[in-house]
Amino acid sequence: MRAVENALGITIPDNARLVRNLISGIQYVQDHTIHFYHLHGLDWVDITGALKADPAKTSQLAQSISDWHNSSTVYFKGVQDKLKSFVQSGQLGLFANGYWGHPAYKLPPEADLMAVAHYLEALDWQREVIRIHAILGSKNPHAQTYLVGGMALAINPNEESTFNVDGLASLIKYADIAKEFVEKVYVPDLLAIASFYKEWTELGAGVGNYLSYGEFPNDSVSNTENLFLPRGIIFNKDLTKVYPVDPSKITEYVTHSWYEYKEGNNAAKHPWEGITNYKYTGPKPPYQFLDTNQKYSWVKSPRYEDRVMEVGPLARMLVAYAKGHPQVKAAVDGALKKLGVGPEALFSTLGRTAARGIEALVVVQMLPVWIGQLAANIKKGDYRVFDGAKWDPSSWPKEAKGFGLFEAPRGALGHWVRIKGGAIENYQCVVPSTWNASPRDAKGQRGPYEQALLGTPVAEPDKPLEILRTVHSFDPCLACAVHVTDLTTNKSIKVKAV
Amino acid sequence: MAEKGSIYEALKRKGVSRREFLQFCSLMAATLALPAGFGPKIAEALEKAQRPSLVWLEFQDCCGNTESFLRADRPTVVDIVLDLLSVDYHETIMAPAGKQAEKSLDDVVKNQKGKYLCVVEGAIPLKDDGVYCCVGGKSARDIAKEVCGNALATIAVGACAWDGGIPGANPNPTGAVGVKDAVKGITLINLPGCPMNVVNLTGTVVHYLTFGSLPLTDSMGRPLFAYRDRIHDFCERRAHYDAGRYVREWGDEGHQKGWCLYHMGCKGPETYKNCPAQRWNDRTSWPVRAGHNCIGCAAPRFWDTMTPFYRTLEAVPGFGVETTADKIGAGVLIATGAGIAIHSVARAGVKKYRKEHHIPEIETKEKEE
Repeated sequence: MRAVENALGITIPDNARLVRNLISGIQYVQDHTIHFYHLHGLDWVDITGALKADPAKTSQLAQSISDWHNSSTVYFKGVQDKLKSFVQSGQLGLFANGYWGHPAYKLPPEADLMAVAHYLEALDWQREVIRIHAILGSKNPHAQTYLVGGMALAINPNEESTFNVDGLASLIKYADIAKEFVEKVYVPDLLAIASFYKEWTELGAGVGNYLSYGEFPNDSVSNTENLFLPRGIIFNKDLTKVYPVDPSKITEYVTHSWYEYKEGNNAAKHPWEGITNYKYTGPKPPYQFLDTNQKYSWVKSPRYEDRVMEVGPLARMLVAYAKGHPQVKAAVDGALKKLGVGPEALFSTLGRTAARGIEALVVVQMLPVWIGQLAANIKKGDYRVFDGAKWDPSSWPKEAKGFGLFEAPRGALGHWVRIKGGAIENYQCVVPSTWNASPRDAKGQRGPYEQALLGTPVAEPDKPLEILRTVHSFDPCLACAVHVTDLTTNKSIKVKAV
Repeated sequence: MAEKGSIYEALKRKGVSRREFLQFCSLMAATLALPAGFGPKIAEALEKAQRPSLVWLEFQDCCGNTESFLRADRPTVVDIVLDLLSVDYHETIMAPAGKQAEKSLDDVVKNQKGKYLCVVEGAIPLKDDGVYCCVGGKSARDIAKEVCGNALATIAVGACAWDGGIPGANPNPTGAVGVKDAVKGITLINLPGCPMNVVNLTGTVVHYLTFGSLPLTDSMGRPLFAYRDRIHDFCERRAHYDAGRYVREWGDEGHQKGWCLYHMGCKGPETYKNCPAQRWNDRTSWPVRAGHNCIGCAAPRFWDTMTPFYRTLEAVPGFGVETTADKIGAGVLIATGAGIAIHSVARAGVKKYRKEHHIPEIETKEKEE
């Protein structure tokens, strides 16, 4: 949307900006929470530990960190009983063959039980709060009201079948439910669990360069100086300086990727000139290993000024923190103080996981603000949510090109489009997991996953729980497995994503 | 009475009351479009059934159907659904990874041969020995053949697993197809849509548990309870269509009054799915309700046949909006020269297809039209 709107010079109405902020905002909050409990949590929480917990002590623990209502001894006893019956049924489903009892699990049983209870609660909660997507975007997943020029959501407080006061009231309700859970469950759990894993503030840092496009326009999307989460770059973990982002400095290599450029294997191309010509040269399936000296990935290698960049919540929070963003600074400093660590702890596996929770907190607190602005516009009689000046392709120039930069929950997302004769001539996407999962480039520089994994201690090579912690901390968008392929000396590990 | 190890027993352990359980059974009966009074029969069956294993395979996909699965809204909590089915393998949400994850899948395929359910999400690329989608060094095609081939039944969720979806759209660089074209001779139910609505997945599974058979399907293997009715016929804006009240531009008077989206390119007249009745996200909304036209995401090869999404169906030469979907589908293909005669192929091959896929022969209204 932003790429085409940029190419055609469209400015979307203020209501469309707010609706998009709300859809993206609740997506951040819901995604981050699901990631913490359901995609990453069991790397830190041993479910079998929860069976041994004392429910009364669990209740004390829960009440010492939060005033969330589900915190009685009876409540935790109930969760534990359900868990026991589940285990006794012999059908362990998703939890079969986990790394239970692994020496890298460090939580006391009471923290395990508390986390398991909230794992289950979060499953219900996420389904409830994402109704904001249905109200504004028609459905979730795959919202369907985005138009080039705005949104198809019709705003009219005097009709039943449009977005009206009932819609506004529903937004307020679900935003409240979202906010309460993040403030009283997600963030307290995150800090409680992190306090037992402080050694992970010294592991998994990796590249140390961070890129954020910034997100949530406070006014026009073209005003890149006025985004709620700022745009910027940090090099070499230096928080004293934030560099501006120049999109013309982004290029992609295919040196170790199964694509070809006619300019050769070591060429780098800007996305406007980018091509995606696949050429698979790996082994025929079934195979055991990929040769990482050759091409070994379907992921290209995006670079900024030829440098490797990490993207994601940590990059966004670091850029905002370094720029002195008041809400982010308060939330980050609060978390660091609770854990008794300094800002350098952020450059780590745990820092990545913590940044996600801090961001959920900062963003969920903006939902009522955007809802309020939307209500204020409607009150003024401003129902506009779409600009149709360029809807008809006959109104377009013969040739146009544009780009759209967006911060998806997982990180920096860029689309580059060239339009010719009313049709797309070229379209390239550089997505967050392409930055983070990129293979080596022409200079042999490893991508963020690979760098973050170097030097990771692994207690039991057959059960590489520690590897999962770091890979999962990036929230990879690849449903594929990461396979341990080679154990070298000193417990360092080489991995490759397939 | 509930038998030990039954689904109802499992639900009770999760803290579900008898009353909530019966309510769930009634809702399921409603979803499945069964006559009133079928709730108790579902309840009786669930009290006896053991939780069947379910494995969930992801191939060329975006995880949208997994996300939809996590939004399961009735029964009211996702862990009920997880407990209703023993989900033994699902790459995105399972605890183990790597070798341990593969063990989970192998255990089911070996130890429960012919007894487990398999859900497939995503397309399967056949070109060049299937190199374009491998998991753990095995091609999606080989995994699907083994896992679907040994399953009691396979449920293909979403457009991609049905007919290739977006990876299979023209020019289909990887030779992506749906399960029906990648693995022959299996029992298969298709739940197209982008993504599928999870209500139809839970409905299909409960139908199987309750009646010991898969729900009746149409000529394309889609359950009638979800895909018999045309969106246009049950649309909440249908009265505006009949009265000639149309949205002509986004944000115009008609749009702000909730009029018919036909001229904005709505594909509801060509698409068969229960969106108007079931809506999405606990019946909160669906595209037309929110003000956007239906894009026909449950229609065959919709990326090729339903695009441009904003072109009015009138542009299809020779057919009015009331023509049957089968005929319009053919018309679109002729008009665009898109290449594959989906409906006619499906129609001609119905008997063979059913036989190959062990889908029971049934009579449907639209088949005879």
